[in-house]
Formats: sequence, structure tokens, C-alpha cells
Amino acid sequence: MKSRSVPLREVYVWELPVRIYHWINALCILALCITGYIIGNPIAVMKGTEAYQNFWFGNVRFIHFVAAFLFFFNFVFRTYWGFVGNEYSRWYNFIPLKKSQWIEILEVIKVDVLQVKHKQIDSIGHNSLASFIYFITFLMFLLQCLTGFGMYAAMSTSYLPQLFAWFVPFLGGDIAVRQIHHILMWAFILFAIVHVYLVFYHDYIERRGITSSMIGGWKFIEEDVALRNDDSATSTSPKKGKK
Amino acid sequence: MEKRPSYYQEVKGKGIARRDFLKFCTTMAAFLGLEANGAGQIANALQTKPRLPVIWFHFQECTCCSESFIRSSHPLVADIVLNKISLDYQETLMAASGFQAEEAYQAVMKKYPGQYIVMVEGSIPTENEAYCCIGGRSALQILEEAVANCMAVVAWGNCASSGCVQAASPNPTGAKPVHEVISGKPVVNVQGCPPIADVMAGVVVHLLTFGRIPQLDSLGRPKAFYSRRVHDTCYRRASFDAGLFVESFDDEGAKRGYCLYKMGCKGPVTYNSCGIIKWNDGVSYPIQSGHPCIGCSEKGFWDNGPFYQHLPSVAGFGIETTADKIGLGLGVLTAAGMAAHAITTNIRKHKEITNEPETNLKES
Ligand code: HEM
Ligand code: SF4
Ligand code: SF4
Repeated sequence: MKSRSVPLREVYVWELPVRIYHWINALCILALCITGYIIGNPIAVMKGTEAYQNFWFGNVRFIHFVAAFLFFFNFVFRTYWGFVGNEYSRWYNFIPLKKSQWIEILEVIKVDVLQVKHKQIDSIGHNSLASFIYFITFLMFLLQCLTGFGMYAAMSTSYLPQLFAWFVPFLGGDIAVRQIHHILMWAFILFAIVHVYLVFYHDYIERRGITSSMIGGWKFIEEDVALRNDDSATSTSPKKGKK
Repeated sequence: MEKRPSYYQEVKGKGIARRDFLKFCTTMAAFLGLEANGAGQIANALQTKPRLPVIWFHFQECTCCSESFIRSSHPLVADIVLNKISLDYQETLMAASGFQAEEAYQAVMKKYPGQYIVMVEGSIPTENEAYCCIGGRSALQILEEAVANCMAVVAWGNCASSGCVQAASPNPTGAKPVHEVISGKPVVNVQGCPPIADVMAGVVVHLLTFGRIPQLDSLGRPKAFYSRRVHDTCYRRASFDAGLFVESFDDEGAKRGYCLYKMGCKGPVTYNSCGIIKWNDGVSYPIQSGHPCIGCSEKGFWDNGPFYQHLPSVAGFGIETTADKIGLGLGVLTAAGMAAHAITTNIRKHKEITNEPETNLKES
């Protein structure tokens, strides 16, 4: 048996609401990409029948819209959680306003992207580069909701979609809105591929349990790193991080 | 001020029966979505109100709006607007020419300040004003002068509403729609290439009956005619929801009248009344004749082609390149990048992977 003993601490990083959010979001995006792709490129599977006998395209669109509503409210919830959740889920992690965040972004690029430097990145939640990318995906979520509900407003009289109706004239018309909505699908797909790859990558070289952390919420963090983070958290923020 | 005859007086003189006149009023009330007494209001207005003075300009355009107009379903429409009503100045149709013509429209501006309507067909060049001159003056100068004292402006068709083909990339004349070059007056964008004649008539009747412009959507189009997509009123919609699509113009689906979505139909992104009012006295409209909608009442529809393809090509990537092709290409690049990264990881992060730097590694 090959084993080693290292001082590790288990750190509770992702609270249950964050984990639920994550998986609902993942499933919604999967459903929205698949149904969205079909809406953009339907296959003419049926021939020689009459319209009243079928409704498959209507169903595909229905799934898209149901997933869209779920996706939207889930996203609203996560935004709210960014103000009330634990220190790893707070909004300020995602927007690099502090110099220390930019320094870490450069570090991550050197360590994980270019691989010219070898050390552990201290962040226990997302590292600063990952956080910043997630911030960009939040903007993508927003734009996808604006374009999606903007289009949806034309076929609905209900209150929520009408709130987005202004976005269509803002872009000059439905043609542009639809095109942007379609292009963004590819941004989602590319993000998802790279996201999954990087989770594997980090687990492969760091073994902090990043994959299972989105299931159970806990990560294994080297003792010294965990304590150092705890100290700095105490010294910089007036409210002590709940641990 | 001289006494102007009402519309009804004018058409009666032409031998139009009262019955036909009332039919027209009822149709218009229905098109405009007025309440039950709307027909009466219209009839009343057409009988009592003096005709609206109108100046109708042709700038950078093809006259298809005028052509559409004179083919409107009810003889009264063309009659009312073209012969009688108004056209104190209309470059294509007026008898006068040269100085006489110029005088005619100068006279309207002097005689009816704040009461006349300016109707515009065509876009206005801004790259070089000389691209469109009439009587030695540029389109912009003429328009600005005429608009200064008018009651409202009606922009006919896609050219005047959003630039149409002249404003398509690369827009050599710097063509601009009316609402972008003037300010301070209400502009009604009667979209389409051309707009449906009955829609044009509806706008005129509304102006006359109520003395103000109809309710507009956020792109300046009258809500009564442009609040629904062609797709929402299309009789092929059942095929769309059923997933029955035409894939080529001579396939089985085309014969059965399936949905034209895969042939590039822009009905889902186009706001117009084609599915309801239809064309040529309600005979048909493009989709009914088997051709996909090309989105002629939407801004920039020329640049969102090709017409026979659902997804527009992406600017700067060539005519055949859609977002899907680019997306797929980027996907392949990403996969290659990840493969390269995975390989270098196994080499450069070897120590991390095998735990070599650790001292407390135990093998047994
Ligand atoms: C991950 C998020 C999403 C993705 C990847 C996505 C993808 C797509 C794609 C590719 C299309 C086809 C566009 C085309 O015709 O070429 C589409 C259509 C559409 N999407 Fe989404 N979408 C997403 C979220 C949403 C949301 C949040 C809404 C909000 C209601 C929405 C509403 C719509 C509507 C209304 C259509 C047009 C369907 C039709 O008229 O047939 N989408 N979507
Ligand atoms: S033919 Fe065009 S407008 Fe009609 S249902 Fe199909 S996509 Fe919609
Ligand atoms: S069907 Fe579409 S392209 Fe054809 S006239 Fe109507 S709006 Fe224009």
C-alpha cells in the first residue's frame, strides 16, 4: 500500500443551497442547450402526416421554456445567496476589485495555465481567476435571460416576460436578439467543456476533493493553508468568517 | 382659409355608393382594432372633416410603397388618399412639374402650418447630401424645411423607417431613416417592403379621424398592425408546432403546405399583419404562396441573410458561416487546447501527481 500522512483540515466550503443551485443550474443548461440547438436546427423527422397528429416541436420548445424559468429563478436565488451565504459564496469573491485578487489571477495563470511555476494556490473556495470567469458566466446568464425572455415576451402576456420586452427594441429587433441568443449557446457549451476538464485537472494534481465538494460541500485543505486563510479572514473582515 | 371639401363629398362626386363608403369605414375600424362605434367615428370624420393636406416625398427609394398603396383592396383607399385627399405634392403622381410643383408644396406649408402631414418614401443620404437632390436642394434640406411646421410625419416602408437596402452594409450613401435625421415631430414608421396597402390606409384614416397619430410600439410602428409576429398569425403554425417542415421547395412537405422554418422563414422574428390582412385584397401572402417570410418589416433584414437559411451568417466570416459552424470550430480548438494542456500537465506537474516532494510518503 502506498500512503502518506499529511496534516489536512476538512473545510466546509459549499453550503447546501449553493450545491443545489449548482446542480439545478447544470441540468437546466444541459436541457436548454439541447432543446435550444434543436430549436435552431430542427430535424424534419416526420413526413406525410398531418399537423394535428403531432406536437413534438411544440414539446421541445415547452421543455426549453420550463427549463428557462427554472434557470432564471435559480439564478436570481444564487444572486441573493451571494449576499447572505458564507464567505466563499459572497459576491465580492467574483469581482476582482482588490489588488490581491489580481495578484492571484496572475499566479493562477503562471501555475495552472502556463505551468511555469509550481506551488499551491491558497484560495480555499474558487481561486481568483475561476471566480472572475464565473462572474463573466453570470453576465452570460443575464444576457441569455434578457434575450430569451425578450423573445418570449412576444408570445406571452404574463408579467415576468414583459419585464424583458424592452430589450428587443434596444437591440433593434428580434433578428438580432435571436442571433445573440444562439451564439451565446456556444459560449455555454464551451464553458461547460472547459469547466468539467478543469475540475478533473484540479482533482488530479491537488487532490483537495474538488469534485466531491460540490456533492458533500467539504474540501480537504492542507492544515497550514487553512489556518493561514482563517487568520487573514479574521484580520481583514470585521465579521469573522463562520467556520 | 378656403373651404376644403370632406372626403365623403369628394368620393360621392365620383359615384361611390353610400353602402360602399360605410363598408370601407367598417373595415378600417376593424383593422385599427377600434371599439364597436369606431366605424361611426370614422364615417363621421370622413364626412365632416376637411381633407388632410399631404406632402409626399420620394427620396432614396423604389416607389414600391406607392405601388402597393394604389393596389389596396378597397377602391376608396387609393381614391381617398391619392386622388382626393391630399397629395398636394407627390413627385410620382402629381401632374405639375418643375417650378409649378415646387410652388404647390411651398403653398401647402404656408397655407396649413401645423396641419399638414409629411409622408416620406425612401431613406436620406448623409454620407454626401448630393446623392439625393430635388430642385437643386438635398433630401435632408427639403425634409427639414417641410417637417418644421407639419403636424406629423409618416415614414412609409422599410427605407424611411429603417433604411432598407440602401442602408444595408456597406451603406455607401450613409442612408438613414427619417426618425434618425429629424427631431421634435411624431414619426409613424409604417414598416414593410412595401407596407400592406390596407395598413397604409389605416394609418391615414386614423390620422384623419382622431387628429393624432396611432399608438406606436417601441420601434415607432403602429401597434394595431405590428404588435404580432407573422409567425403568431401564420396558418402554417400548426405544422411548426408539430415539427413538420419543408426542406426543399419541391419536396413532399412543400406540397402538403408544411412550415417553412427550415427554408429560412423569418416569420418568428417579424412583426407584421401579413397573416391576417394579407395582400391584394386578402388574396394571399408570401407564406401562403409557399415562400418563406424574408422579414421585410424588420430593421436590417438585408444584412441578416441569406434569406433561405434559418440562422443568419455572422458578419465578417463569409456568407456561409453561421454561429453553429463557428461554435463547432471553437469547440474543436478547445478540445485540442485541453488535450495539449493535459499532456503538459502530466509532464510539468509530475511531482504533484506522484507526490514526490512529500517527505512523509510511505511505501509498503
Ligand atoms: C443556457 C441557457 C440557454 C441556451 C443555451 C439557449 C439556447 C437557445 C437556442 C440555441 C435557441 C434557438 C435560437 C434559434 O432559433 O436559432 C433558443 C431559442 C429560444 N430560447 Fe433559449 N436558451 C437558453 C436560455 C433561455 C432562457 C432563459 C429563455 C427565457 C425564456 C429562453 C427563451 C428562448 C426562446 C423564447 C427561444 C425562441 C423559441 C421559438 O420561438 O421557437 N432561452 N434558445
Ligand atoms: S411558415 Fe414561417 S411564419 Fe409560418 S409557422 Fe412556419 S416559421 Fe412560422
Ligand atoms: S411575409 Fe414577411 S417578408 Fe413577406 S411581406 Fe410579410 S413581413 Fe414582408
